[in-house]
Amino acid sequence: MRPVATTRSTSGMTTGRLAVWWVICSEIVIFGGILGSYIMSRIAHDGWGHIGFAGSTNAYIGLTNTFVLLTSSLFAVLGHYAAEHEQDGPKAARYLYLTAGGGGLFLCIKAFEWTTEIGHGLTITANNFWSFYYVAAGVHASHVIAGMIIMLIVAQRAKKNLDLHRVELVGVYWHFVDLVWIFLFPLLYIAK
Amino acid sequence: MSDETHGPAHYKKIWALLVVLLAISFLGPFVGIHWLTLATAFGIAIWKAWLVLKNFMHITAQPRFVSYMVATCLVFMLLFYAGTAGDVMKHSGDQWYKPQVEQSAPVGHHGEHE
Repeated sequence: MRPVATTRSTSGMTTGRLAVWWVICSEIVIFGGILGSYIMSRIAHDGWGHIGFAGSTNAYIGLTNTFVLLTSSLFAVLGHYAAEHEQDGPKAARYLYLTAGGGGLFLCIKAFEWTTEIGHGLTITANNFWSFYYVAAGVHASHVIAGMIIMLIVAQRAKKNLDLHRVELVGVYWHFVDLVWIFLFPLLYIAK
Repeated sequence: MSDETHGPAHYKKIWALLVVLLAISFLGPFVGIHWLTLATAFGIAIWKAWLVLKNFMHITAQPRFVSYMVATCLVFMLLFYAGTAGDVMKHSGDQWYKPQVEQSAPVGHHGEHE
């Protein structure tokens, strides 16, 4: 896909795009460590699939949140298209607002889910499964919050047709956050 | 790249496919076959991840070194796994064993919460 920014670079891509891919690579190691540790512990402990462990997570909430994130990713890529191919900053900004709204909805559902679980005594100290659950989902949620903040800043600029190449950059980051959830969903909600 | 493969209509098609795959991965456990649950859950997760990487993140349109960078990080993740799995996943070995610590479900919880 042709970049909006035309900065020359020896890497053959713009500096901003290269930076985003570097961030994603470092994030792979962060989330890879968390998920790898979880998978190892999960395989080592048969009981983690039972009630009181993964058997107590609410798959319907996980399903809803996955749908919300996938849809927000669609808005992000449509915003990217509007910025890059149509050069339409206001339209791209509208899509970014929708994407950030998806992130907000995701967090609201997560807050409801956590409140319910904590109310049932399933806290971060309940057992090792719940320690992994809250750490993995919590680190992911912090990335959702960071993505939303960046997206709103980029949208403010894009609305004035400024720095449209950043729409793609924040979008790539958002898709990665979606990608992580794609793996968290079966690990925490489906494999019981 | 042509708009046919990267236009709004294409993105909406990919999104629809992702939603269908999500539904399949959710319904997999209802069949009650363990291997099918794992296949639908994790096989589809990998498929969905590739769809997002290729169609939304456009990784195949980036310079090739980007794919190598991502692959290198994934390989390091596997190395970490291979290097530590023996200690974490086994309960005993040559002249060592792990003390067994039983973990019970929290009191007052009887199933998947509403």
